[in-house]
This record gives sequence, C-alpha cells and structure tokens, in this order.
Amino acid sequence: MNVPAAWYLVLAALLFGVGAFGLLTRRSALIMFMCLELMLNAVNLTFVTFSRTLSDISGQAIVFFVMVVAAAEVTVGLGIVVAVFRRRSSTSVDELSEMKG
Amino acid sequence: MAHVATLIILLPLAGFFVVLLNGRNMGEGQIGAVATGAVGLSFVSTVTTFVLLLHQSGREVTVNLFDWINVGSLHVSAALLVDPLSVTMSLFVTGISTLIHLYSIGYMHAERDYRKFFLYLNLFVFSMLVLVLANNLVLTFVGWEGVGVCSYWLVSYYFDKDSAASAGKKAFIYNRVGDVGLLVAMFLIFSHTHTLNYLEVFKLVPAYMSPTVVTLTVLALLLAATGKSAQIPLFNWLPDAMEGPTPVSALIHAATMVTAGVYLLVRMSPVLAFSSSGRMTIAVVGGVTAFVAATIATSQKDIKKVLAFSTVSQIGYMVLAVGVGAYSAAIFLMISHAFFKALLFLGSGSVIHSLNGEQDLRKMGGLARYLPLTFPTFLIGWLTISGIPPFAGFWSKGDVLTNVYQHDKPLWVLGLLTAILTAYYMSRLFVLTFRGTERFREATEGHDPHESPWVMTTPLVILAVLSVLGGALDLPWVHRYSLAGFLGPFITSYNAAPGAAPSTGVQFALAGVDIIAAAIGLFAAFSIWRGVSESPRFESSFLEHVWRWDDFYDASIGRPLTRAAQFSDDVIEPKVIDGAVTGLAVSVRRSAEGIRKVQSGFVRHYALATVLGLAVIVVYLVARVG
Amino acid sequence: MIASAYSVPSVLIFLTAALLILVGAIGVITLRHPVHAALSLIMTLFGVAVAFVAQSADFLAAVQIIVYAGAIVVLFLFVIMFLGVDRREGVSVEPLVGQRAFAALGVVLTVGGLIALMARSHWVTGVMSVSSAGKAISTGQGNVKELGTAVFTTYLFAFEATAALLIIAVVGAVLLARRERNVDAEEVSP
Repeated sequence: MNVPAAWYLVLAALLFGVGAFGLLTRRSALIMFMCLELMLNAVNLTFVTFSRTLSDISGQAIVFFVMVVAAAEVTVGLGIVVAVFRRRSSTSVDELSEMKG
Repeated sequence: MAHVATLIILLPLAGFFVVLLNGRNMGEGQIGAVATGAVGLSFVSTVTTFVLLLHQSGREVTVNLFDWINVGSLHVSAALLVDPLSVTMSLFVTGISTLIHLYSIGYMHAERDYRKFFLYLNLFVFSMLVLVLANNLVLTFVGWEGVGVCSYWLVSYYFDKDSAASAGKKAFIYNRVGDVGLLVAMFLIFSHTHTLNYLEVFKLVPAYMSPTVVTLTVLALLLAATGKSAQIPLFNWLPDAMEGPTPVSALIHAATMVTAGVYLLVRMSPVLAFSSSGRMTIAVVGGVTAFVAATIATSQKDIKKVLAFSTVSQIGYMVLAVGVGAYSAAIFLMISHAFFKALLFLGSGSVIHSLNGEQDLRKMGGLARYLPLTFPTFLIGWLTISGIPPFAGFWSKGDVLTNVYQHDKPLWVLGLLTAILTAYYMSRLFVLTFRGTERFREATEGHDPHESPWVMTTPLVILAVLSVLGGALDLPWVHRYSLAGFLGPFITSYNAAPGAAPSTGVQFALAGVDIIAAAIGLFAAFSIWRGVSESPRFESSFLEHVWRWDDFYDASIGRPLTRAAQFSDDVIEPKVIDGAVTGLAVSVRRSAEGIRKVQSGFVRHYALATVLGLAVIVVYLVARVG
Repeated sequence: MIASAYSVPSVLIFLTAALLILVGAIGVITLRHPVHAALSLIMTLFGVAVAFVAQSADFLAAVQIIVYAGAIVVLFLFVIMFLGVDRREGVSVEPLVGQRAFAALGVVLTVGGLIALMARSHWVTGVMSVSSAGKAISTGQGNVKELGTAVFTTYLFAFEATAALLIIAVVGAVLLARRERNVDAEEVSP
C-alpha cells in the first residue's frame, strides 16, 4: 500500500508554514520571493495529493496553471525588484516605508 | 339676525383692509371717514342685533361662521354667541370706539403715519369684538392676542422714542405672562370636559371637574385677567403704556382692552360658581389692587399717569365685584367707567393738545376760562368718578360697594378707603389743571391756549351726557328694565341665586356713607392744593415710584435672568455646546491619528497582519468543525 | 526496517522527499547569502518533484524541474548577480518589534489548524470528486494524455488566458526594467 495521503498533506502544511515564517521574517526582497515560491510549492503538493486521493485530474490541471502563473508573477515581480532597488545599496524592504501614515 | 351679528365684526375688518390696501392714495380726511364709518356702522349693527335679541324668546343665539379645527376630539368652530353679556359689551365697545375714532381725526391731524394709526385702531376694534362675541375659549383667545398685539403697535406708535418702544414691549410681555394663565385654564378645561365651547363647558363643569381642578382653573383665569386688565401682580405696564397717543389710552387702556380680563371672568362665572376659594382670591386681588393704585395716583405728576392708575384702581373695583359674585354690578361699573374714563382721557388729550403737548401737572393751572367746552365736560367726568350723585359713578360704584358690604366687611372698608382716595386724587388733578395760578405760559410760548376743534369736542359732549344719564342703566329700585334685569337671567341660570337684596334702610345708609367719603376726598384736595403746585409732604416718592414695584421686578427677575443669559453666553455657549461639537470632531481626529499608526509603511507588518487574520479564520473553522 | 502496513519503497520515497523539502526550506529561510538560499530552493524543488512522481503526477514533475528549478531559479540568480552579490542582510537582528514572535504565533496557529482540520475530516479520503469533469486517473491512459485532455478541453479558456498572461508578463517585465531615457536621446534599442 502506498503511503497514506495524510503524510504528504502534513508535509505540505509544514512547507507552507516554513515559507510563511520566512516571508515574515527575512528582510531581503529576493529571499522573500523565494519563500513565496516555497508556499506556492506547498500548495501544488497539496493539490496533487488530493488529485491522487480523489482520483480527479482537475487537481493536476490546476497545478499546471499555478505553475504558469507563478512564472509570470516571478517575472514581473523581479522586474519590480530591479526597478526599485537598482539605485539603492541594499535590498531590504524595510527601507520602502514611505507609504506610512 | 345671524347676518347682522356677523356684520358687527366684519365691518371693522373691512375698514382695516380698505385702509391697508388703499391708504397711501387716500387723504387724511378720507382715511378718518372710512375708519370711523366702519366702526360707526358696526355700532349700528350692534344696536340692531340688540333689538332683535330682545324680541327673541331664548336669549342665546349661536351664529356659526365656519368649522375651524377638527382634530381628534377637539372640535372648535369659529362661531359667535349672541347673548345679553356679549351684546352689552359690544354696544359700549363699538359706541365708544366710534366716538374715539371721531376724536382721533382731529387729535392725530398732521401726525406722521396717520394711516397706520387708523389701521391699527380698526384692527383693534375687530379683535376686541371677536374676543367678546366668541362662543368658545379658542376664538376668545384669538381676539385676546389680537388686542394685545394692536395695543403693542399703538403704544409704540412713536417708535423712534426709546421710552415708547420699551413701553410697547413691556405691555406685550406682561400680557404674555398673563396669557399663560388663559392657556393653562383652557388645557385644564379641555382635559376634563373635552370641549371648549362656553355653553357646553358650563353644563359639564359639575360632573367632570373636581373642586381642586375648578379652583386651579379659576386661578389660571385670574392670572390671565391680571395680565390683560393690569391688576396686581401684572399691572405696571399700564402706566408706561401712556406713551401711546391719548386716543389710544382712552380706547384701549381705559374702556376696552383692559376690561377684557373682567369680561373673561364674568363670562366664566358658571365655572367660578364652583370655587369659593377662587372667588375669594379674586376679590382680594381686586380690592388690594384698587387700594394700592389709588395711593399711587395721589402722587403722580403727569396728567395721564394719574388717569392710568385711576383705571387700574377702578378695574380693581370691578374685579372685586366679580370676586363677591356681583357680576352685573361689575358690568355696570365697566360701562359707566368706560364713559367717564374715556371722557377724562379725551379731555386730558384736549388739554395736552391746547398746551402743545405739555403733560406735567406742575405746568398747568387756570385753564378753566380758556377751554369753554373741555372744562365743563371734564368737570362732569371728575364729579362722576368721585362718586357724587346723581352722576353715573355714584350709582355704579355704590352698587359694587353695596354688594361687597354684604359679603365681606373688611374688603368693603378697603373699598371705602379707596373711594376716599379716588375723590382726593381726582380733585387734586382737577384743581391743578383748571383752577389756581396759570403756570403754562412757558409751554404755550406766551400765547393763550385754544379750544379743540369740533371733531374733538363733540365726543366729549356726548360722553358727558352719557356720564350724567348713565346711572339710569341700573337704578337700585328698578328691576325689570335695568341692566341687572337684562343680564341677570343669563348669570343666574348657571349660578346659585345671588342672595337677598339688602333692605332699603341699609342701602340708604351705605349711599350716605359713599357721599361722605367723596366729600372728604374733595374737601381735602381743595384745601391742600388750592395754592400750591407741588407738595412733597403729600406726594411721597415711594408712592410716586409705584411702591418701587418696577425696581422689585428688576432686581428679582430682570437682573438674575440677564446674569443667567450672560453666563450662558460666556460659559455654556463656548465651553459646553461648542465644546461638545468641536470635542466630537477633536476626538474623531485623535482616534484617527491613533489608528493611523497601524499604517507603518513596512511590508512585513502588512504581511504579518494577513497571516494573523488567516490564523484567526483557521482557528475559528477548527472550533466549528470540532 | 520499519515494520509498517505500508510498502517500504513508498515510505523510503516519502522520507527522501520530506528530507529534501524540509532541509531546503529551512535553508532558504536561514541562509544569509542569497545565492546560497537560491541553491537551497533548488533542493526543495527537487524534493517536491520527487513527491510528484510518487503521486503519479509525472508530467508535473517534469514541468517542475524544467520550469521552476530550471527557469525561475535561474531568473533569481540573474537578478541576484545584477543587483550585486555582496548584498547581505543581518539575520540576527530584527528591527521590527515583536515581528518574529507574532509571526511564529500566526504560523503555528495556521499550520496546526490546517492539520487539525484535515484530520477531523478524515484526510478527505473516500469522498468521490464533486467535479463531474474529472476523470479517474487509473484509466490506464497515461498521465500526460489525461492531463492534456483535461487542459485542452475542460480548462481551455484558462489555458488561453494564461497564454495571454504570459505575454503581458513579458511586456511588463521589459517595461519595468527599462533604463530612463535622457532628453538628448542616446540611442537605446527597445
């Protein structure tokens, strides 16, 4: 018998948690993006696991689209990072606090 | 009959509108003619109505003009009640008004705003007639307010004079305080009997109103009467109201408006019948006012002020009469007072006119030979008010005092003392004005004073005649064709019988006492004032200043209220009200500033907020599923 | 080894995947140098690919390697190099007060809650799919064909939309990364 889906789901949840924690804790814009990718991957893993347990291909189709969108998002996001941090000396997001108040 | 009765009130109103709309195109003569004609025709209608009423079997006719208020259980119609009381009142109101209108044509000649005067005078007559002829309390109240407003306008006729403007306001405000009484009385009556129609109320009083409620109603009505008829404690507006032109003083503040309070009490006599403590209060108020006003009149230096306080005193007599239940005596005195007081006022107007506006008694004297018509008519008026037989004043005042004697001896003594004082101060007035040395040369700039034109002296003559013959209205030994006989059935049908008339012997004795009292007053005045024009010993400053009544009101009410208003303006307005409003704004701003700090600008804070929100949702779901 | 009800190979594969994933993830969030973090990310992505294969999502595993590990991480590395490799951040210091504590709290609650939810609903097993468009995987037609049929028939509109999205993303990226023009125009080829 295959490993029960529960284990993979727990793994995905843990991965999501790690990614979220990293997103909140790290200051470098690039590292935060990578944590974002971690979270997306956790979601993908969950979808695939459910696709297997529910015997429905829709789960995998969704993952397909998630990957596409993630790619597009990274493209545009890194473009923004480049545009913003081009002239600064550090990539810390804490410096982008002019929208306060 | 209904049409004629309606004409009584519509004619003065028509006169008002004609002068209002067309007055600027009309000359003095035309305006005077229209206004006097309107009131004169109203008098004719009143006489016609009177004659028709005599031939009517039941002496109460209701003329319904139109349905006015229909709200819930409140049904008020604009209707007239033609009965002996209202017809009597209307007769002398319209009659005297016509005479005074005629007089005013001459007196107000070449005054600025001639048209305004007659406008308000006609409107006043209309309001007074509405008051008198109304068949329910609400319509009476309309007339009540109408006469108050017209009085205000006419007192402030010379409105650019500060004292006149203040006097108008004072009159109106004191009236207003009294009006609260009338309103409270209406509320009490309506809440218990659910009607304000006089005839219906009279039937329902014994069943629906407990003695306490009736007493309260009576006291409220008394308050209204003290306001309108210038009794204690609301009397000090009347002397100030002398700022208005003399015809106004004669009409409004002697013959008509100030009698409205007495009329109200007489009209409500069926209600008064059920409250003996209320009636006692009324009698005491009347008696005390009569006495106090008479004392004040002895020390006044302005001719019109003497007459003003005299009016307060005489109305005090009428109120006293009402208090002891002598309603027809009160009305008799009202009518004869209208005759002789109007005569005295118009006569004094004639004197003032001849002296180019001088009103101070110290600057008159010896006018007898210069005013051949004013002098004898004024003499008749003086004798009448002093109570000398056979003039009207002797009979009417005697009637009142006889009735008071039967009910309350102490008040009778007070009334007698007042009679002595009345004779005294009127004689003083007469001596200082017409006899003695001539002190007026300064006022007339050396010329001789001239008699007034015929429009002014004709009413004087007519009123003098009425003062002489007026006693015939109610001679004590005539019963069926007298005023008492006419009014009596109306009053006794609701009241208990007034009690047995006194024996002839007592009546003669009382009459004799009255004559002696008058003689004492006259003799005293002539001996004191023969040669002098001022006598500090007999003119105390306390009396001259109205027993310091105005100062008392000022200190107890006026100044504290002004201070309270000032406090309100200085403290409450900026700190409490503005503070609350701006405080609200300030607190909103401060809380917004506090909340603003949540927007720190740090992306990670926002992300944290998102995650925490997610955590909350997840925990909630877990709790629900579990 | 582990005497369990489950087949040994699947357990081993699971453990491998789990190890790769978790170690890589922790590496991403703790390493100071961004290049190191990127490499750690690759390790995680590989782990996920392994998990995909274990779940019979072969096509997706391949796409994961090619697109994610191959293209996206490379893009990351390009940007890291572009912005300067020596930019590090101090991980030990946390300037925002309470951020770490609250972050930990939020994450623990979320993850714990999610696991609890799934546990309470019996790991969603045995419930048939609600979507009528889904077909059973084990029809024996092969994963790629299954997936392709689903994408090109049921989800065709989404597919076309994502195609448009990719174009937009490219245009956006180009626009964002543009250098400013000077007034006296120096030739910048678009």
